[in-house]
Amino acid sequence: MSEVNQELQNEVAELIVSALNLDTRPDEIAADAPLYGEGLGLDSIDILEVALVVSKRYGFQLRADNADNVRIFSSLANLTRHIAANRSK
Amino acid sequence: MPSLPLVAHRPDAVVAWRGATPVTAAQFAGEVAALAAALPPGRHVLNLCRDRYRFAVAFAASIVSARVSLLPPTHTPEMVRQMHARASDCFCIVDHDADVGAMPVFRYPELAAAPPAQVPEIDVTQVVAEVFTSGSTGTPLPHPKRWGPLVENVRAEAARLGVGPGHALVGTVPPQHMYGLESTVLMPLQSGAAFHAGHPFYPADVAAALAELPRPRALVTTPYHLRALLAADEVLPAADLLVSATAPLSATVAAEAEARFGAPLFEIYGCTETGQLASRRPALDAAWQTLGAVRLRRDGESAWAEGGHVERPTRLGDVVELADEDGRRFLLHGRHADLVNIAGKRTSLAYLNHQLHAIPGVRDGAFVLPPDDAEANPERVRRLSALVVAPDLTPAALMQALRARIDPLFLPRPLVFVDALPRNTTGKLAAAAAQALVAEAGA
Repeated sequence: MSEVNQELQNEVAELIVSALNLDTRPDEIAADAPLYGEGLGLDSIDILEVALVVSKRYGFQLRADNADNVRIFSSLANLTRHIAANRSK
Repeated sequence: MPSLPLVAHRPDAVVAWRGATPVTAAQFAGEVAALAAALPPGRHVLNLCRDRYRFAVAFAASIVSARVSLLPPTHTPEMVRQMHARASDCFCIVDHDADVGAMPVFRYPELAAAPPAQVPEIDVTQVVAEVFTSGSTGTPLPHPKRWGPLVENVRAEAARLGVGPGHALVGTVPPQHMYGLESTVLMPLQSGAAFHAGHPFYPADVAAALAELPRPRALVTTPYHLRALLAADEVLPAADLLVSATAPLSATVAAEAEARFGAPLFEIYGCTETGQLASRRPALDAAWQTLGAVRLRRDGESAWAEGGHVERPTRLGDVVELADEDGRRFLLHGRHADLVNIAGKRTSLAYLNHQLHAIPGVRDGAFVLPPDDAEANPERVRRLSALVVAPDLTPAALMQALRARIDPLFLPRPLVFVDALPRNTTGKLAAAAAQALVAEAGA
């Protein structure tokens, strides 16, 4: 598992909070807690919303086999790693 | 006894696309027969297969072996427990790891070697599914679905949409819900069309699944997925038909979708109790047109659906304005007060409040609907809030207890802890005061 870019991770946390209008502070999102279901409590509609802002900001499309959003969204750290590895801007 | 075939296709016609690989009706019937012979005892089935093809084979195998598929509105641990309590012989069919508590699990087997078979005929009076609404007391209410009316319903839909042999459909909705079952599985099976086995989610997945299909091809989706598709910087393949349901779609998004895909967009209106009732093309007309022989009737404030595949007159949860004499054209004006529709999932405030009050440690509590701005932006998802009096519970513990009971879409955001709820002397919650408390917490 590659190192997480802390700066990017903070940026992604802010993106999630502002896209979903959460009553959470970005620094309150634990890096390793699940975003989906338990943890931050996002659901599939939220995930679609986050996927949209991620594609706009970082210039790549998220893909999932069989709606398996669980892996990439299993934590803020994993989402950040995925973005770092795939971003085009 | 009158009967109707399981699928409308000729034996060598394509019923499904597993990626770019076609499956013929004879092959499908063979796999259905093989699976039906392999199922464990138990007359009730909770079919949780994610792959749409496997779902369809398991649904059909349940039908040909006289089993009943249970279709609850959600698959939370509490709902699975209630299904099991209702039908103790129930088992799950899964194609992935799912947490289903104490319910027996049957793994979808490898069926590739099953010999082709003839398409079976099904008695039109056979109950093939029980679809559940959430009810208001915490107990889900069953609505039995018979084969004949189900087929009549989806054939009327196919006729309205112009779907037939040679068409192929991609769905972004799960087959476990009424719209997904009707429009992405039964409608193709009963019109000679084919469905894509995938369950694409992200815009890029949807585009890829569509591109795998031969034309004419259709996308069966929701306002939320459409909005995401249009907002994504994704090159969208051409389609020949778009179908949307579960929540209102603005005329603007409908027109944009028609332009981007180069296809007409039809909306479907219906509910769990009645199945699909009407359609419209919002880019051209705000009024809905009923399907087949269905008609609506006004009775005071309420509207009732009857005729056609609707077996008994059913009261609708929406405010309806009839636009013609014989109840075939109408306008919709939102939900009745207690009913909630979030991203196409429906429940009632009474049900949610019941679940909240059932959590140990909760002394009082109420879900609060946000102010209605749906007219301005119907594709945005509105979220519920809740006020709760629970001095001995942490917010995290309460959210976890709620998550086991209600669908994640209805989880309150925010959940506000208060000392007392603003109730009047008769115990009724003061709506404005409740809104104010929620707004204060969010500020």
